[in-house]
Order: sequence, then C-alpha cells, then structure tokens
Amino acid sequence: MTVLRPHAEDQYAEELALLAKDDDRPRPPGWKLSPWAVTTYIMGDSDRITPKYVGARRIVEVAVATLATDRALLLLGVPGTAKTWLSEHLAAAVSGDSTLLVQGTAGTAEEAVRYGWNYARLLAEGPSIEALTPSPVMRAMAEGRVARVEELTRMPSDVQDALITVLSEKTLPIPELNREVQAERGFNVIATANDRDRGVNELSSALRRRFNTVVLPVPATAEEEVDIVSRRVTQLGRSLELPETTTGLEEIRRVVTVFRELRAGVTEDGRTKVKSPSGTLSTAEAISVLTNGIALAAHFGDGVLRPSDVAAGIVGAVVQEPVSDRVVWREYLETVVRERSDWRDFYRACREVS
Amino acid sequence: MSVSVLGVRHHGPGSARAVRRELERLRPDAILIEGPPEADVLVELAPGLEPPVALLAHVPGEPSRAAFWPFAVFSPEWQAIRYATSAGVPVRFCDLPAAHTLAGGDEHDDGGVPADPIGALAEAAGYDDPERWWEDVVEHRGDTPFEVIAEAMAAVREGHRPSGREAAREAYMRKTLRAALKQGFGRIAVICGAWHVPALAGPLPPATADNAVLRGLPKVKAELTWVPWTYGRLASWSGYGAGITSPGWYHHLFDAPDRPVERWLAGAAAVLRDEGLAVSSAHVIESVRLAGGLAALRGRPLAGLGEVTEAARAVLCEGDDLAVELIQRRMVVGDRLGHVSDGTPMVPLQRDLREQQRRLKLKPEALDREIDLDLRKPLDLDRSHLLHRLRLLGVEWGTPGQARGKGTFRETWTLQWRPEHDLALIEHAALGTTVAAAAARRAADLAGDGSATLAGLTSLVERCLLADLPQALPEVLAALSAKAALDTDVTQLMAALPAMVRAHRYGDVRGTSVAGLAAIVRSMLERVCVGLPVAVTGLDDDAAASLLEHVDAVHSAVALLDDAPAPPHPAADHPGPAEGAAGVGGSPRERWMGTLRGISDRQDLHGLIEGRLTRILLDSGELDDAGDRMSRAMSRGQAPARAAAWVEGFLAGGGLLLVHDPRLLGLVDDWLTGLSGDQFTDVLPLLRRTFGGFPAPERRAIGERLRATGPGAAHHAEAGPAHDLDEHRAAPAVATVLSILGRGTA
Repeated sequence: MTVLRPHAEDQYAEELALLAKDDDRPRPPGWKLSPWAVTTYIMGDSDRITPKYVGARRIVEVAVATLATDRALLLLGVPGTAKTWLSEHLAAAVSGDSTLLVQGTAGTAEEAVRYGWNYARLLAEGPSIEALTPSPVMRAMAEGRVARVEELTRMPSDVQDALITVLSEKTLPIPELNREVQAERGFNVIATANDRDRGVNELSSALRRRFNTVVLPVPATAEEEVDIVSRRVTQLGRSLELPETTTGLEEIRRVVTVFRELRAGVTEDGRTKVKSPSGTLSTAEAISVLTNGIALAAHFGDGVLRPSDVAAGIVGAVVQEPVSDRVVWREYLETVVRERSDWRDFYRACREVS
Repeated sequence: MSVSVLGVRHHGPGSARAVRRELERLRPDAILIEGPPEADVLVELAPGLEPPVALLAHVPGEPSRAAFWPFAVFSPEWQAIRYATSAGVPVRFCDLPAAHTLAGGDEHDDGGVPADPIGALAEAAGYDDPERWWEDVVEHRGDTPFEVIAEAMAAVREGHRPSGREAAREAYMRKTLRAALKQGFGRIAVICGAWHVPALAGPLPPATADNAVLRGLPKVKAELTWVPWTYGRLASWSGYGAGITSPGWYHHLFDAPDRPVERWLAGAAAVLRDEGLAVSSAHVIESVRLAGGLAALRGRPLAGLGEVTEAARAVLCEGDDLAVELIQRRMVVGDRLGHVSDGTPMVPLQRDLREQQRRLKLKPEALDREIDLDLRKPLDLDRSHLLHRLRLLGVEWGTPGQARGKGTFRETWTLQWRPEHDLALIEHAALGTTVAAAAARRAADLAGDGSATLAGLTSLVERCLLADLPQALPEVLAALSAKAALDTDVTQLMAALPAMVRAHRYGDVRGTSVAGLAAIVRSMLERVCVGLPVAVTGLDDDAAASLLEHVDAVHSAVALLDDAPAPPHPAADHPGPAEGAAGVGGSPRERWMGTLRGISDRQDLHGLIEGRLTRILLDSGELDDAGDRMSRAMSRGQAPARAAAWVEGFLAGGGLLLVHDPRLLGLVDDWLTGLSGDQFTDVLPLLRRTFGGFPAPERRAIGERLRATGPGAAHHAEAGPAHDLDEHRAAPAVATVLSILGRGTA
C-alpha cells in the first residue's frame, strides 16, 4: 500500500470481515455489523480484534446505542481525545465506509452539507438531477450510510443549521427541482466538536437537541495516559525517521504527570490543589512536547532525552496566555515541583526557561 | 405451626415489596426482624415516624460507643414493622442485643459474611444494579421470590461454617425463634438478611449448642432510641454492612407504580427544568429510547440505574457533567430528611449536653442571662468551648457579647434556652453522640460544602479553635488549602492570611494542635508572594489604597510568624532571573521581604504603593538607599501628583521620620519649594491629607526643624539635640525601654 494513511475500513478490513462472519446477532437495517459487534470492533477482544479506542467501555456503548436508536451522535471533548479517530472507526464498522466526510471550517459553505451545482451543466441543460453535485451528507442519505461531520462548531452557524432538516425530517428538499432526497434506513450523522477552543460557533439549541452527546474524557489514570503517550511517541518517532534516542519512561511519566496535574487542578496524590491554566493540555499536546524534546535531544543533545529538552516545550504548552498562565505556572513550579526531591533537575531546567 | 424465613436484601426495594406482599399473604401472628432486641418497645412509636429514621444504640455515659440501624421506606425491615403495627402483630427483633454488640469493642469481625450476597449474585449474573436483577430473575420465578433466594443462599453457603460474631448472631436468632415458638405463636415470619436464611430455615438444631456460643459474651448497658436520618447518610454509611449508593433511585423503584424508567427520566427532566435548563418532552422520549437501546446492547432485559444515568447524560444533560451531578445529588441520592415524634426517648447528644450543663453549672433557662467568662479559669474555658460548639451546631443558646475592652481572655455571653434548640439537637443526632463530636462532624461538613468561601473557611478555622475541636481541623484545613490554591484573587488571600496567622498563634497559646495550620499559612504566603507582583500593576488610586491595606495587614501578620527557615531549597544556588526574590528560600519573613523588595524596584508602580513599600523596607532595615529612592521619586522627572502619592505612602502612619532624618526632610523640602505655583495647588490636597494625619506635636517639630535650618538648607544641619546626650545617665532608661520591648539583657 502506498498511501500515507489508509482508511479505517481498508486498514482493518480483515478484522471487520472476521466480525461479520461470526456475527449472528440482529443488525439494525442498513448496518454491516450488529451493535454488539461494532462495540467489540472498537474495544477489541483479547484475541484477534485490536482495541481501537482505549478508555471506558460505557462511552462506546452509549455511542453505538445512540446510532442504533437512529439518533445523531455528537462526540464532544477537548482536542486530542480521539474524537475523530472514534468517529472514523464507528462509521467504518457501521456502514463499512468512513469517507463521507464534511470537514467543518470557518469557510465551510452550505453546499458542503446540502448540494452544489455543476455550473457548466446547469447552464447547458438547465436544472436537472444530473447537474446537481451531492454533498457527502446527501450521498449518505441516498445510500443509507453514516456521514461524518468533523469540527461541527467551527462551521458558521447558518451552515450548521442546514443539518436540522436532515436530522429531524430525514429528508433533504431540492426546491429547484421540486423534489427531495429521502434518507435510506441506515443513514446517520456522527459529528465531532470541541468544547474548549477559542473561536467556536456554539450549536443552536435546535440542532443540539437532535444529537445525543457523548463527552470523550481525558485518560482516566496516569498509567493509561503514559501508555497512550509512549506508544504514540514511538510511532511518531518512527514515521518521522528521527535518530534513535534513549527515551526514559521516567521522562514521559513526568511530562504526563505535569499535564495531568495542571489539567485536573490537583496533584496526583490528591493532597495539593493547583490552578489550571487556560490551555487545554491534552494528551496530544503532551505527545508533541515529547516528540519535540526527542528531536532536540537527537539533533542537538547527546541522544538522551533530558529534562532540559522538554522544559521549554512544557512551558510553551502551559503558558498560552502570557500573564495569568505565567502566574499559574510559577505557582505550580514553586509549590509542587520544588517539593519533589527527585524532580530537582526538572525544576532547575524549568526555572531557566521561564 | 409454621415458620417462614424471608431472606431479604437490606434496603432493597424489591425485597421490601415482596416482604409486604408475602406478609399480607401469610398473615403471621408474630414477626421476627433482624435488629437489636432492646428496640422491641420502640416499635410502637413507628407509626409516628417518618423515614428515613435510624435506631440508635448507645452506652449511657460513654457516648462514643454507638451503633445505628437505619431504615428507609424501601427497607424490607421497615415494611415489616409497618405491617406489624397496622395489623397489630407483635414484633421481636432477633439479632444479637446491642448490649453485646457495643461491648464487643471496635472490631467488627463479621466472620466473612458478605455485605450484600444478593448484590454479589446479581453481579455474577452481569447486572450492575442488584434491584433490576431481583426484578428480572427473582420476582418472575416460583410462587414467592423467597424460595428462590433460600435455594440460592443454601448453595452459596454450602460448606460454610459460621464463626465469631456471625455464629453468635445466628445463635441468638435461633434462640429468639425458639422462644417465640415456645410462647405458642402459630405462624411466625422471620425477616432477615438473605445470608442468614439457611441458618434459620428447616428444623432447628438443639438449643444447647447455641446457648454454649452465647454464654459469656461481654455485655454493657445499652439504650436505644429513634433518630432522624437522611438519604445522604444512608448513602455514605449503613449499620447493615455496606452503604447503598443510590437511596433516591431505590425510593423511586419502591414508589413508582409502573414504568420506572419513563417516570425517572421525566423526573430528571423536571429537576433540570427547575434549574432553568431547557429540557423538552422530546428529550425525555429520546433518553428513554437510548436507555432501552443501551440495555439491549448490554444484553439486559431492562434498563437499570447505569443505563438511565448514561441516557440522561447523553440526551437530557447534553454531555454536561454538572447537570449529571445535579441529578445524582437530587435524585439518585436524594435529600429526604426523616422525622421522629415527640415521645421518642432522648438522644445521646441531648444527654451529653445535659451532663455537661450539670458539670459546668450552666442551667438552661428561658430567660435572658448574661455571664462573664474568664478564660484563664478551666471551668470558664470549658463553658466557652461548650457554647462555641453549640453555635457550630446551630444551637444559639449563648450569643457572644461585646466585651472586648477587658482583654482577650474575657468573653461575655447572653444565655437563653429556646425549645427549638432541642429539635436542633435531635436533628443533629446523626452527626455524633457528644456535643464535641457532633460539632466536629458539622464543621467538617461545612468545610466540605463546595460553596464555602475562603473567608468563610478562615472564620470556620477560628471557630474550630475557639470551640477546641482539633479533630475537625484537618478536614477544614484541607478544604481551606484547596480553596486558597484555587483562589485567583490575591487580595482575598491577603485578607485571609492575617486571620490564619492569628489563629496559628492563638492555637499555640492554647496548646491546641495546629500542626497543619503552619503549613497552610506558609503556602498561602507563598501564593501571595507569587501573585502580588501581578496584582500591583495598573491600579487606580482607590485600588492602590485598598491593596495597601492588605499589604500592611499581611506585613504585620508576617511579623508574628516564626522565623524558621523554609524546607531546604533544591535550587537555591540558581536564583531566578526575573522577580528573583520570589524563588529564593529562607524564612517566611525573608520571602515576603524579598517579594516586596522585588516589587519596589519596578518602574510601573502606583506612587502610593512604591512609597509605602520603601517605608516598610526602610523600617525593617532592608534598605540602605532610602534617600536615593526618595530623591528619585521626588525628582523633576516625576509628575507632581505621583510624587505626592509617594510621599503619602511613605509617610503614612507618622512623620517622626522626617524629624529625625534631616536628609529626607531636606529632600521633601527641596521638592516642595521647587514646585511651581500651579503644581503646588495640584498636590496640595494630597499633602494636606498626609501631613494633616500627623499628630500636632510632630507637625510642630517638623516645622521647627525647618525654621531652624532655613529654606532649602535642612539637609545641611546635623542632628541637633542628639550630640549633648549624657550616655551614662541615659543608660538605665535605655535598659528599661529595652526590657519592655523584650530585648533587654539587664
């Protein structure tokens, strides 16, 4: 395979086929697998199905049950909590196709949600179904598949609201042709949105009402997060072809601890409260701080990841808002980091850069 | 003659309903219930009670030894009691008497009795909600669910030989059963935890073995009464082993005639609507569908609490955890409070108060009476503690008066006993059995309340110290420290700090343990030191003045702190580049001074603050260039208004400095005389305010000093009267002054 990143349904085609073969439970109309098998596909079993999402099973169960009861699903969470990842795999497992995708940006137009026109044909032949360019949502409706809307809150509000008819009436009128496209059974929408970012357009309550909301949490335990981070850091390092560095688990653990403590506003031992900075401090950011540190250590250091390689990255990730975040960071440094005797090097490195 | 043993799940609504039905079918002529037999006489009070209530057993005179048996309306035991009282059937409690239970000491060795065997069975069957399991599996099989339960328990207990306390309890249950049979009751129903069914069902073993087990058990005198209970406490703790986490849900399951999921989610929608969240019927419909879908996905025939909670989260609350929390608090746990009737025996809390009133010679009287307490006397000190504790419990028997004039070791109280105080005591009976324990519990509860403010918590610490409740302090202090960490407003921290320092010293004087306090004061000061440099920027006149008051208050508080150095500083050899002082170790005083020093060097300060900081540093001997600083502040480059503000800050609280330091006086003088007419008019109100605040003799002394040296020449004069001192004659006076100041060597 030469593509940089294959779709989920291609990459895990074997697992999907395996599940479909043994799946004797009832499947909702239009589904490729039963809800139970979809859950297994996402969470993995201990045998041949790899886990796609590491986290609470109940979240996946609620998401699958939502889709099975024909409600649209809204995955909400801070950046880096695997929203897109989960939506892609859900779409791949439910309808075998994760490509019906609308990417929400500030410039997304209504055509991306409804339909556009092939103007050459429109002018030549007049309005006809052939001159129409269907959006991914329209195609999903016609084919009874799952459409994905990424970063729903980044779209302008009027474009978001174009989804209301689609979700409540399950039909998309085309007034120009005096006809409509009615959704086949199996059609549904999975949207992802970010609730802690600047510059988002809040969903109107009319639209919000049409979604079941599942909030994807940050990893529950430090062990889990260290696990995710170290796995991902290794993968990234390999794909970026960074020179080999000695990456102690200790350094990863420390970065994860700092992120977790500042994010949660309390130290891991639960004894000291700290303020939280304005940034999101997601797992994804921890990964990027570490990758960055590894690049520094590999190219400019002695090949061993040391506190000084990650300190600048951490400070950059924490201090997003120059005045208040700096106070938060200094307080954290002085009241928490300084007290830890085995964090001495780290404390020193942080003081040098902040 | 027949004995029916009904094995139940304590606080299980399914069991409760089944027990009620079964009793109505069996129509027994005597009912035996698992519980302390001393409570037999209390059963007749039950119709007047409103659950949740608890049976409280305590040892008179030894209030710390107490046990509770809580009952909710959905407790099978309570349903059995209510059936018995309405049908006029005698009730016997058949568990081990509280007299033995309480004598047994603290160790609760239940010999491996699973706290909730039915819950364990349900879990094994893949249910997270034992009540739904009961409904699915137990209710719909056989004539009565109790046969199913008895069979299941017989299987679970196969090969199990009870020992220790468990053996004694079951022996006593059999003994009570035998006694009831002997009295000639024909149809006996026994209500007990499912676990005990195999021990009671079937032909009873000979009495001799049981008597041998029960012989020689330790015994104390125990008294029992009813106390009001809450669902919140039911959730956290329960006398029947494990607490139940969802009393509100159980209440709902017991209460709802049909369609529990639909009713529950509609109720949740109503709760959210009360809070102003827009929740429509369409939401409820979708949440019911999701709950059903989830149950199907999980392979359960019915949606349980887990499914309805997830459905409420995803649909009704739109993923908002705060709203879920609200449902959890209001509905899943619930805030129901029980009530007891008038004839209920006195609770130990009242008894303990009566005891203390007698010991401290304070009679409860309905008329106002004023008493004056001298805290140096042990009796009066104890009285003060008692009154402060009662105030924490909301019993305003004594109101503190204003008797501050006589020194801090005196307190004046106005005493007036009102009947509602008794009610308050009964209501707080669940908190503890002594006034001290209950007050401590209450203080901890107050501290745990999320809405407590920093100021509220500091005053709570002071109240705990006044009431001598060291056992409550750790929790209050933990809450305080958490609050202080999250408070972004440094002025609030600064406002709270002096009180904490006072409390710290007060605690030292009283010998109260305030170990945690010192650490908190230190960390609060640390946060103030970090936050202050940011807080002093961009202030207007009023804000600067109010901040200054806090700075002064913290400064005088810091002076009261012990000068013990801070824990060793890992990077002391690496002073920070900016605001360096804040990162340097040392005693609290040094850190504070370092911070002030760091701030005072900045260029963007309000004149008032810079002037005041310079003065503070000068007075503490931290500064040897005060003259240069003043000269900088007074120089032509500064706007006159700022210079005047500087002077105000610098000279606040006395002009003696100007009398004694001719150089500073000269600087002020030079600056003043150098102002143009308009500029002088501008700054005149400020100067008038500054100098008008000095006492008249100081003003005169400054004036005389200036006249003696002539305009613009003050700084040329050497200190006048100082050089003809007779040091020999002055020495005794100096020694006396030093010893008054506590630094005397003589």
